[in-house]
Amino acid sequence: MPYAPKLKESASQTAGPYVHIGCVPTFAGLEGMYGGNDLGKTMITGAAQGERITIQGTVFDGAGNPLKDAMLEIWQADANGVYNSPEDGRPCDPHFTGWGRQPADGETGEYRFETIKPGVTLFRDGKTPQAPHIHVWVVARGINLGLNTRIYFEDEAEANAKDPILSRIEAQNRVQTLIAKKSGSAYRFDIYLQGDNETVFFDV
Amino acid sequence: MSQGYYPRDLDWHPDAYTPQYKTSILRSPQKARIGLEGTITENTGPVFGHNMLGEFDNNLIINYAQPGESAQGERIMVHGYLLDEEARPVRGALIEFWQANAGGRYRHKKDQYLAPLDPNFGGCGRTISGDDGYFQFFTIKPGPYPWPNGVNDWRPAHIHFSVFGAAFAQRLITQMYFEGDPHIAICPIVNTIKDPDAIDRLTARLDMHNTRPMDMRAYRWDIVLRGKRSVKFDNRLEGN
Repeated sequence: MPYAPKLKESASQTAGPYVHIGCVPTFAGLEGMYGGNDLGKTMITGAAQGERITIQGTVFDGAGNPLKDAMLEIWQADANGVYNSPEDGRPCDPHFTGWGRQPADGETGEYRFETIKPGVTLFRDGKTPQAPHIHVWVVARGINLGLNTRIYFEDEAEANAKDPILSRIEAQNRVQTLIAKKSGSAYRFDIYLQGDNETVFFDV
Repeated sequence: MSQGYYPRDLDWHPDAYTPQYKTSILRSPQKARIGLEGTITENTGPVFGHNMLGEFDNNLIINYAQPGESAQGERIMVHGYLLDEEARPVRGALIEFWQANAGGRYRHKKDQYLAPLDPNFGGCGRTISGDDGYFQFFTIKPGPYPWPNGVNDWRPAHIHFSVFGAAFAQRLITQMYFEGDPHIAICPIVNTIKDPDAIDRLTARLDMHNTRPMDMRAYRWDIVLRGKRSVKFDNRLEGN
């Protein structure tokens, strides 16, 4: 028998329709909870380095309807490609948290993050650059295990073309589902759970 | 270079498409996910300091109550250890939880169940695991409630958990159930999990050893996150 670890990971269960109560209680209407500050709402806490950007979009189900009860989290490097994590080990921009959490709007399903454009990070080999990207985690009622995807940027075509993750996607016509499109002053990143345009999701 | 994590056992987790849980039908990706052995992006994650916590963040009995009041229902303490798959403690990790009140009603505008709101219960709490992975919080036992799925589906009493580890690869949302609840076996959401052992491990045990006499009963439940590889793969091993 192959080696089995001592314990099994706790099995996932859906976040359900009321995830807001636990994760963004002020948004959910629990006035005063945690001082009225929903965790992850603000990623830029001061004079952060780098280009300030807005990313917005909607998560769509297989019938084309927006998920009005989704919650998204993003995780990214700072402008210099450093993660705000002890696991990175390098000093991160002190004015940038690297982690954001936003609920979809309860009426429209639109989400919105105010962040900075991430810098280049290195692939597992420690030398190949990864194109600037943002990890995205989507949970909602009806999603049994949180979905992982990545945002890349339309205006980084050269870096995207050389990116070790994007280039390994066999169906290259699906890569465009991971590219945020410039739309006015913001980037637009819609997520499709099903259909011809289904977003690429990763087992991480 | 950052370390990787044990791959998820996707037969142990629920499938995306679980038609007995109807909402999953239109919300389940249908194309194969793409395997992404962890890069630094997945192998790092946010860390939250204990100084972020308010004094009563882990006490749902009073953290939304009027001064001198407390939530209605069965007083309980939920505790356990946050571990990885090698039974090592996961230290300093944020754990958030939310739940219905004793009557099975959530404080959420989308919840219109007949059971009344408890003016002294919000249903939201959080804590951070200690150096040994230990966590505990105080609450009232949530009630079961009906939900629109089949014509007569009821959720077992449960508490939702959102858990961070040391890396985003360990990020997990799940639910905790209570030993002895007959609704566990017949719940379409519980049964998105195929393996009865996996369900059993989401089921907290009544813990009379840590029950406070004349005050509150204890429930014990350990949370397990993905294991971290113990061997660093450096450039030389991986790259050539």
